[in-house]
Amino acid sequence: MTVATLPTRRDEAWRYADMDGLARLGAGALGQWQAIDVPAGESLTRCLVAGSDAPELHRFRVQLGEGARAAFFVTNAGSDYTRVEVEVRLARGAHFEFGGVTIGGANKQGGVTREFVTQVVHAEPEATSNQTVRAVHWAGATGNFLGEIKVARHAQKTDAAQDFKGLLLEAGASANAVPQLEIFADDVKCAHGATVGALDEAARFYMMARGLDPATAQRLLVQAFIGDAFVALDDEESRATLLDAALAALEGAKL
Amino acid sequence: MLEITNLHASVGDKPILKGLTLEVPAGEVHAIMGPNGAGKSTLTNVLGGKPGYEVTAGSVTFRGEDLLALEPHERAAKGLFLGFQYPVEIPGVSNVQFLREALNSQRKARGEEPLSGGEFLKLAKEKAGLLRMDMEMLKRQVNVGFSGGEKKRAEMVQMGILGPHLAVLDETDSGLDIDALRIVGAGINAIMRSPGKAVLLITHYQRLLDVVKPDKVSILAGGRIVETGGPELALRLEAEGYDAVMA
Repeated sequence: MTVATLPTRRDEAWRYADMDGLARLGAGALGQWQAIDVPAGESLTRCLVAGSDAPELHRFRVQLGEGARAAFFVTNAGSDYTRVEVEVRLARGAHFEFGGVTIGGANKQGGVTREFVTQVVHAEPEATSNQTVRAVHWAGATGNFLGEIKVARHAQKTDAAQDFKGLLLEAGASANAVPQLEIFADDVKCAHGATVGALDEAARFYMMARGLDPATAQRLLVQAFIGDAFVALDDEESRATLLDAALAALEGAKL
Repeated sequence: MLEITNLHASVGDKPILKGLTLEVPAGEVHAIMGPNGAGKSTLTNVLGGKPGYEVTAGSVTFRGEDLLALEPHERAAKGLFLGFQYPVEIPGVSNVQFLREALNSQRKARGEEPLSGGEFLKLAKEKAGLLRMDMEMLKRQVNVGFSGGEKKRAEMVQMGILGPHLAVLDETDSGLDIDALRIVGAGINAIMRSPGKAVLLITHYQRLLDVVKPDKVSILAGGRIVETGGPELALRLEAEGYDAVMA
């Protein structure tokens, strides 16, 4: 493949991407989709700690049969450009659950971008989806969540929810949330929300007044903040792995 | 225990404390009363080291050390407990986790061994019992969904678990009904009435002082202590009001 096939920022789904990181990955990485089929009535849970000191691109294309269920939980904590994409097509009565955390600072010029891009297609009636993404960044890093929900004309009784919260520990870090809803059915519930803020200073002082040092207070507050993303994960061991990976990235964060 | 000398403090550019001097020896419960805006909450926040409160003059010595030179968490480890007028909600963190981490951070700072999970739960259960709070509440998130009274009782449970030398309690009686007031008052007595401990009790009303009988009462007005007396001073204030007593 040639560099000419790389997308540009004019593509909505690549608007906040790190084009330099993408170029280093090469266009070949774009073709690498992992296809996952979950047959009717079955369920699948996938946990992933994404990110390293090189750029990473993870692309999943998921087909959910009738009444099938898929849950993806991801900690995205690379020290270089790290992008996790999930495209899901839901048949009647299926459920898709997504919990994601982007966390990290930036140890290189121009910052580090970590992002989730989802496209959830409610192709048939009565399917449900729920996406919870938390972004914690400092030192000129960026966290993105581009979440597209498409509801087909006949997909009545769709219930789709999307929730994004960003926590910026330092000026210069940023978080971008781009919810996109395309709804052609008329009897559906689609909810989305996005907030970005700083650490709760009142809570931090309260914790310090009880004896917690600043780093421990911050870790507890960040742990509570990102915990929402993994609430739907029942397996405690996997949840601990994802949380630990996220909190390990917090070492060295601005206090 | 606590010696405050000629303390001046500002919030932003506004001077609030203007030469406050106060001594609280070990074994004493000292009530501070005063009209709105006198500087009661500022005194609490300055003692706790809250960001945004600037000390412009004076000194505070706590158990022989310069309190103002310490960070808030270091003050706690030295044995200072701040009872908040408005305890803060911390979603996603349970009381048990919060208090165990807090206690063990303090112990670590003092060079003591951390408490194990079992030891901590035993201690927490005992102190919760003093405040008639069940352990189920302690497993819930810090102050989230607690009523005003429950928050104040939870503060006292925290105080019991952390075992401070000095408690500075800022309007711990606000938001309490009569029964809760008795429970909280009895909790303060049980936890802090001891020859080696002291309490600075900041309040607007006599009613808490009926339960936690102070050894001394001071009136804080205009950023200074303007009068100090025995418990009878609080009774006079209740009967006659600040204007009459301070005139």
